[in-house]
Amino acid sequence: MPYIPHTSDCVDTMLGRIGVPGVDTLFDEIPTDLQLERIKELPEGQDELTMLRELAELANLDPKLTCFAGGGSYDHHIPAAVWDITGRGEFMTSYTPYQAEASQGTLQLLYEYQSMMCALTGQEVSNASVYDGATALAESILMAIRSSRRAKRAEQLEVLTAAGLHPHYLAAARTCVSGQNIRLRSLELGEQGISRHALPDDNPPLALIVQQPNVFGRLEDIDRLANWAAERDVMLIALVNPLSLALLKPPGSWGEQGADIVCGDGQPLGVPMASGGPTHGFITCRKSLVRQLPGRIVARTLDTQGRTGFVLTLQAREQHIRRAKATSNICTNQGLLVTASTLYLSIMGANGLKEVAARCHEHTLTLADSLCAIEGVKRRFEGPVFHEAVIELPRPAQEVADALAREAGIFAGISLGHWYPELENCLLVCATEKRTASEIDAYARALAEVLAK
Amino acid sequence: MMHTIYDKSKGGRNVSAQARTREHRLDIPDSQLRETPPNLPEVAELTAVRHYTSLSQKNFSIDTRFYPLGSCTMKYNPRAAHKAAMHEGFLGRHPLLPDEFDQGFLKVRMELEAHLKRLTGMAAVSLTPMAGAQGEFAGLSIIRAYLNAQEQETRDEILVPEAAHGTNPASAVMCGFKVREIPLVASGDIDEQALLAALSERTAGLMLTNPSTCGLFEQRICEIAQHVHDAGGLLYYDGANLNAIIGRVRPADMGFDVIHMNLHKTFATPHGGGGPGAGPIGVVERLKPFLPMPYARYRDNASIELEGRFEQGLAAHPSSMGRLSAFGGNAGVLIRALAYVRLLGGEGLRRVSEHAVLAAAYVAKRLSEAGFDLAWPDRRVTHEFVISLKKQHRDHGVTALDFAKRLLDYGFHPPTNYFPLLVPECFLIEPTETEPIEELDAFVEAMIAIRDEAAKDADLLKEAPHDLPVSRLDEVRAVKELDLGVGSD
Amino acid sequence: MSEVPDNLYYTETHEWVREEPDGSVTVGITDYAQDALGDVVHVELPELEAEFVAGEESCVVESVKAASELYAPTTGVITEVNETLESRPELVNEDPYGAGWFFRLIPEESLAASELLDAASYEDMVEDE
Repeated sequence: MPYIPHTSDCVDTMLGRIGVPGVDTLFDEIPTDLQLERIKELPEGQDELTMLRELAELANLDPKLTCFAGGGSYDHHIPAAVWDITGRGEFMTSYTPYQAEASQGTLQLLYEYQSMMCALTGQEVSNASVYDGATALAESILMAIRSSRRAKRAEQLEVLTAAGLHPHYLAAARTCVSGQNIRLRSLELGEQGISRHALPDDNPPLALIVQQPNVFGRLEDIDRLANWAAERDVMLIALVNPLSLALLKPPGSWGEQGADIVCGDGQPLGVPMASGGPTHGFITCRKSLVRQLPGRIVARTLDTQGRTGFVLTLQAREQHIRRAKATSNICTNQGLLVTASTLYLSIMGANGLKEVAARCHEHTLTLADSLCAIEGVKRRFEGPVFHEAVIELPRPAQEVADALAREAGIFAGISLGHWYPELENCLLVCATEKRTASEIDAYARALAEVLAK
Repeated sequence: MMHTIYDKSKGGRNVSAQARTREHRLDIPDSQLRETPPNLPEVAELTAVRHYTSLSQKNFSIDTRFYPLGSCTMKYNPRAAHKAAMHEGFLGRHPLLPDEFDQGFLKVRMELEAHLKRLTGMAAVSLTPMAGAQGEFAGLSIIRAYLNAQEQETRDEILVPEAAHGTNPASAVMCGFKVREIPLVASGDIDEQALLAALSERTAGLMLTNPSTCGLFEQRICEIAQHVHDAGGLLYYDGANLNAIIGRVRPADMGFDVIHMNLHKTFATPHGGGGPGAGPIGVVERLKPFLPMPYARYRDNASIELEGRFEQGLAAHPSSMGRLSAFGGNAGVLIRALAYVRLLGGEGLRRVSEHAVLAAAYVAKRLSEAGFDLAWPDRRVTHEFVISLKKQHRDHGVTALDFAKRLLDYGFHPPTNYFPLLVPECFLIEPTETEPIEELDAFVEAMIAIRDEAAKDADLLKEAPHDLPVSRLDEVRAVKELDLGVGSD
Repeated sequence: MSEVPDNLYYTETHEWVREEPDGSVTVGITDYAQDALGDVVHVELPELEAEFVAGEESCVVESVKAASELYAPTTGVITEVNETLESRPELVNEDPYGAGWFFRLIPEESLAASELLDAASYEDMVEDE
């Protein structure tokens, strides 16, 4: 029997010991009319070779496009060692590290991951990850509300977001917090693709969310936003691309006081795009907020013989102990993806990471310049960006992108009309370190041809 | 001394093979740039490989040990399922690809949905929830959305049995519900009278795990479902224990309206040291309009679209409960689950529950013969069962925790302990269908040996484990010092 | 057997209450409660001048394996909190009826009129658990 090691002898031995005539007797507490002889329309089992062949056919079914899209998922190179080590059975098939003595490998790795995420984001403490960037943002909002002294007296739990927050993140966050009467309001998008500089003076929100770089790749005036928040006792939540932090100012240093909570998606750090998941979401924060931080957290401590070891800590916040009063219903972290990111960061180091970030940025600038050399094509927003840019075409972007995909095998970017009807002619483009000069040339040539038609 | 990767770091050592430093065009204003590089380790690639390989060797894992860990279904997950998902043709897909260029993956989604519908009897399945707890949140949000659409906003109570998983009440609260706990009767089933008394015009629903967290099949499930429906509530199925009935009993036939499944338990995703998982949900016909986004469907006979791939705001799908993640959920986990269903087929899946239950009944019988107390000796065990070590605690002063730690020395991952909370000094034991009888016997022998040790030398247990990289760790110190990272103090 | 001093009032949720000469009352958790919780590692105290209704959650006490709320034993306003517990939470275990007190409040009505337990009834209750 596939994957079941019991021979008929073993089955007889077990049944004999239990003292029942057959396996069906073991199900005799289940009402018989609920038990089906067989479930219709399920397939016959396949052997491994057939299954692998057929799923490989599905994997290869679609023509592969050269990826110039970002928008929250990025086509980066992953060093060979990352998944070779991450895929070791001892990481891949271990359980959540509740039994600390039998899980020192995973626990120490998580502790190192926490250290690295704090270093990148300029924060004091980190959790061991949540599901993805969008859930990390949702959990950060709930955390900010719980931590806000003003929330206890507020009539309306209102959170303000800077313009240019990724629409999928906003939607997922809204889903997750709507059960708790929290209202999310967005600042108006300015002409230059960042928040319009009109922050409310009275009735400040409980928290402000700033995505940096924002969904258009634009850099927000973070110091100004951070100081505005700090002066009004508004909790500041930074949503960031971790790779960008090899170059950009870490949220812990934004403005005079820094962000209170930092979150984002770890996909750029050694995790494949894989249709959007699994990835992992990270949350780091000030140490004073640690008891409001959801998800698993690992601490270094000593064993009974004085040796260093690692344990899950602050578990009294979690659902398996606090039940209805837990900080979150979250139960798993994304252990395996965190393993990959920890390996990625160790192998890259600060220099390697900075180099990748700088190359991504440079490739995107080169791409934008090449595309804008074509008549009728221009940059949409002025001002600094990181690693993504918005290009305006003379006609609806989706039509052009479809033509580029079909005729040239190029995924030209994200047609922003899906999210912002007024940006129907705009494409959000990204060229990671993986895109070569010839791929960028090919994109520019193909675009020129499509537009010439 | 346990060295972290930071202890092995030396400035200038990682001249990365990954990206050689060169000059770049950098047009970012200084005010936006970081002043000092982040404190990441600087190690040679070999050092990183060796460091994390040696860390991995400090873990217990399914590849190396038996994990009779109740409610977690730690079975062998065929490597082929992992291999199928790690195909570059899947890994290289951007989540916002045009549908036309994503048909291979969308076919995976459609096929898996179809199989899960058949296995559960539900009318529709959504694959987007990324974990069991998120499945619970999604399922309860659907109940909320449905009741609101019926103008029954005042139904704000979710009932859960007192032995439920902690995620159940936590998810209900996240959805804005109030939680009422329902006690169990001596047989371990839910207290039907207490349930009847608790049902009211405020009842939104009842969340049940069946078989329950006590490892018992709720015998009057059909009557319970009837009571809840009569009171105007809905029935939620926590699929944590689906391994006990897969291929034999369908949650829809028991009367459930919403269910979640844990693909990382029943359907072949390795636990990965704590994730990723996936928690697809299934619903009956009347709840279909409220499913989360995105959602794959046939546009015509030939092509599939992922509706809601691009978020278009509440107006585009006014009845949907909304979006749960940035993209479409944990795709990689879905591919593994499909590979698993294909490898086993309908017959193979039915064998899963048969042999999971057989193995549990066998271990329960052997432990009981050896003098261990089953928490519910008069009931059939399902794929898991509870024993109480209260007697050993009384006679030798050793706790379930001491037993658990000593099992580590014997090379076994201990069973879930101190859950369900209502059985003192308990173990929740789930052997799964993939362990050979020799392994099951060895576990029973270890339990007996440890009990004998407890009688002779209780300290051997109290000071266990003796043979692992560390002995018991000081958790009080961990909380008080809160050393959560290198450079955190 | 846990200690249950005669001169205190008790609640069903394991708080103790002591009447002070100035009309305020001091609140803490009982010996039984601290023993059940295990090593206390953290407390969250109420804010000064906060108002609570009897039975309302007033602060949180956390051990390694559990966390629970202290409920206000009577309606009133907080006048003093034991800030020492923030740095030395272990005092709750070491001296639950003394240095491990949590807060003082001025009750709205006199204690006798409220539904608190005396030492004997509390002891009976604990024995049943």
